[in-house]
Amino acid sequence: MKRVWMNGALNGVYALSVSMAIWCAPQTALAQATAASSGLAAGREAPLMAEDPKLEARLVDISQELRCLVCQNESLASSHAELADDLRREVRELIRSGKSDQEIKDFLVARYGDFVLYRPEVKPLTWVLWFGPFLLLVIAAVGLGMYLRQRRALAAPAVLSDEARERAKQLLKG
Amino acid sequence: MKKVLIPLVLFIGLVVFLAVGLKRDPREIPSPLIGKPAPHFTLFTLEKGDAKFSPVDMQGQVWMLNVWATWCVACREEHPVLVAFAEKNQVPIVGLSYKEIQPQDPAYKAPFDEKLKLARERSEVWLKRHGNPYVTSVMDLDGRVGINYGVYGVPETYVIDKAGVIRYKFVGAVSPALLAEKILPLIAELNKS
Repeated sequence: MKRVWMNGALNGVYALSVSMAIWCAPQTALAQATAASSGLAAGREAPLMAEDPKLEARLVDISQELRCLVCQNESLASSHAELADDLRREVRELIRSGKSDQEIKDFLVARYGDFVLYRPEVKPLTWVLWFGPFLLLVIAAVGLGMYLRQRRALAAPAVLSDEARERAKQLLKG
Repeated sequence: MKKVLIPLVLFIGLVVFLAVGLKRDPREIPSPLIGKPAPHFTLFTLEKGDAKFSPVDMQGQVWMLNVWATWCVACREEHPVLVAFAEKNQVPIVGLSYKEIQPQDPAYKAPFDEKLKLARERSEVWLKRHGNPYVTSVMDLDGRVGINYGVYGVPETYVIDKAGVIRYKFVGAVSPALLAEKILPLIAELNKS
């Protein structure tokens, strides 16, 4: 029973990584191939770095703070997933139309939720996320304090009685 | 006794957390669009000609929007389920053909009209082979409408109420169980109001 469950879980993880690979890997390979054949119109939106360095710098700034929905541990700036390409295109256009960084982030949050932000806003829904670790730290510190106090009480300095001291003296004398 | 019990309880707690975490799908992200009006769009449909579809056309009825593409592997698994479901005529399903022409496709850079024609042809062939559950299918060639709906993986399915508000979103292949246990009761409830 236990083994079946483990297998199920592992299969799940495996399937997940495979499906992630399908979404992420060919794109990465493609991006590299395009980068290698630099300048050639290789069927992908050309990187616009040279065209407007200021815009691109802002794009990188903003998209480093955003999570790619497909390859979730990558930022929108570094992801080669197709959706990331599309979203960067949207962000570029929003920058061009004069939107502020906050407005651009709001645009994405409205569609994909707080999940796209690597630093979600502090609000009641995200309190656990922001303050939970500190709460755990406080609980752990209190627990440790209590534990140490208990230990100290247990290891109270044993005062030698006169009788015992006398015996010890005798023993030391030999 | 206490010495064993406390670590044991902590350990079991940890195992429960990890087990739940293992079973959860990290690709499932709650959509902020639930309870919000379905984003507006006007797109060409799969049928030839210049006819366009807009969500306003569905005002007054409960409907489903299903994001699909011929290149989407999971859609093949989902499609027979949708076809069987559509035969029961319980709710109109509108297809959203999402980025039918992919960036690695040589036709990606072609002019819009050419891309639309090619996408229509491919979709039609595919629907002929696998069955067509859609009352109509709209062509989101550049994926912009998809972004407005928060699409991040295909297939995705939305349930939209009579007032045009998104009530439910599901990412991944819809199963008969999901239809029977979640979507149909929701549709029945929405139809009452």
